[in-house]
Amino acid sequence: MLNVSNVTKRFGGLVAVSSVDLEVNEKEIVSLIGPNGAGKTTLFAMVAGFLKADEGRVDFENASVLGMRPHQICQLGMVRTFQITQPFAGLTTLQNIMVGAYSNTSETDRARTKAEEVAEVVGMTSLLHQGADGLTVAGRKRLELARALATDPKLLLLDEVMAGLNPAEIDDIVTVIKGIRDRGVTIFLIEHVMKAVMNLSDRTYVLNDGKLIASGTPASVAENPQVIEAYLGHGAAEAMAEGA
Amino acid sequence: MTNFRNHLYFLLLGAIALIILPYFISSRFYIDVLTLIFFTAYLGQSWNILGGYAGQFSFGGVMFFGTGAYVSSILLTTFGFPPIFGIFLAIMGGALLGLIVGYMSFRSGLKGSYFALITLAFAELLRVLANSVEFTGGGVGLFLTYAPGLSNLQFETPVGFYYFALVLMFISIAIVYWLESSRFGAQLVAIRENEDAAEALGINTLKCKIYAIMIMGAMGGAAGTFYSQKYLYLDPPIAYSIHLSVEMLLVTIVGGMGTIFGPLVGAFVLHTVNEVARHFIDTPGLSLIVYGLILIVIIGYLPNGLIGAFKKKEKKSDSTSLDKKTSRGGS
Repeated sequence: MLNVSNVTKRFGGLVAVSSVDLEVNEKEIVSLIGPNGAGKTTLFAMVAGFLKADEGRVDFENASVLGMRPHQICQLGMVRTFQITQPFAGLTTLQNIMVGAYSNTSETDRARTKAEEVAEVVGMTSLLHQGADGLTVAGRKRLELARALATDPKLLLLDEVMAGLNPAEIDDIVTVIKGIRDRGVTIFLIEHVMKAVMNLSDRTYVLNDGKLIASGTPASVAENPQVIEAYLGHGAAEAMAEGA
Repeated sequence: MTNFRNHLYFLLLGAIALIILPYFISSRFYIDVLTLIFFTAYLGQSWNILGGYAGQFSFGGVMFFGTGAYVSSILLTTFGFPPIFGIFLAIMGGALLGLIVGYMSFRSGLKGSYFALITLAFAELLRVLANSVEFTGGGVGLFLTYAPGLSNLQFETPVGFYYFALVLMFISIAIVYWLESSRFGAQLVAIRENEDAAEALGINTLKCKIYAIMIMGAMGGAAGTFYSQKYLYLDPPIAYSIHLSVEMLLVTIVGGMGTIFGPLVGAFVLHTVNEVARHFIDTPGLSLIVYGLILIVIIGYLPNGLIGAFKKKEKKSDSTSLDKKTSRGGS
């Protein structure tokens, strides 16, 4: 469904993403993990059309989406959420979700019905008429998910929808994501919460310093020495910096 | 739903009141002031669509007004083209200018103060241009003859212009009413609130912003024809005056950006304050100072405009139960 091949992105002298190849197949939940600064969000931004790749190809359903603007990619059925939530702060939850729903209909009533359905799926029905600026972190993460879902995507790109949530909230959203997959939506997600990654993903890619260092089932990846090194090395460096 | 119906009744009542008002006012002065209020409210509404709804603040809104005024006036003086049709060409001229300015500035990603400045520059450019070319009458200006009649959009009494301005204002309110409940309006508001998120959710933000500025341009064009047929004279400083650009954003900000009645409320309050200050204060210039002070107070203390202040009060008084529910969601 999604094929990323040999994609590279440089910011000045820094190679943020270096010849990455990966693929996401229909009905899968695929996760992308890696230490902070590994280039995960940059990769997502390129896939969704927010950044232009310097090299390589991004194909969605066997057609190149490189050079397309984000709204065009969304219309094709691939939509992203933002790691730093970007609610329409002055609007209510319902109005926020309706903006997503409007991508498939110009009728206000149908957009509202769709938004209410989606709110049900992500468990926001009781918050529909609340202002988005008054939502909790968990609420905002759900809102990101709901708005994206309201566009009726084939592939959902979720950028750390669990960051900042407590364990109970994480369990809730894991259930929601599984529910979304069961409705036939393919999911590609960036995540730091390992428990959720283990629980959710069919396959996992690991990115470190812009390069893919491992891929496979979550369990096999977690035992991969290179992956352990990437994470622990990073942690050790931090600890030393703190000690000094 | 009942709320919506109440709203409609209120709207209808207000409209009827404004329609029959001239039968109760014999003073030419008051009719003229009201005409000016509607005219400013109309221009404010055009600014409101791009500024209040789509969040793109322009500082050169007068360019559409001036261009529309020139289009219908030149057509009339040079070709004898009747303004009742000329106004539609003025509308198209305004929309076309909106397309050009919108495409050039939004295409290159201008936002915020940069967009405000580029629109100001466009308006100034057009003023200088109108001054230096032949067919606008240059600095001498254009004189229109007074020949009342519907085809000239000129009227024998001020009441005629009162209704002309009222119709324009009603149309502008209808447009914004439609925005409030349509997909296009929701998309503009989404762009105002967060452009990246809007784009991610499938909104062609460039196209929407260009459409919004074209609507503003079309509305400004009609206002230009109204003005030139009423005052029968046009020169570059009038057609492209910064003062009018400021006035249309001022009435909207004072009344409430992104609201249906903000521009009307703002125009009413500001014109009334202005007239009252002029009436009661004889020292020259002092009335302007009073006007300025009131402006500072309104903008300083009511960031959401007069309508915003009113709405807040309404919310506080009737939603205490809802507030309890939402107060849980601190952060």
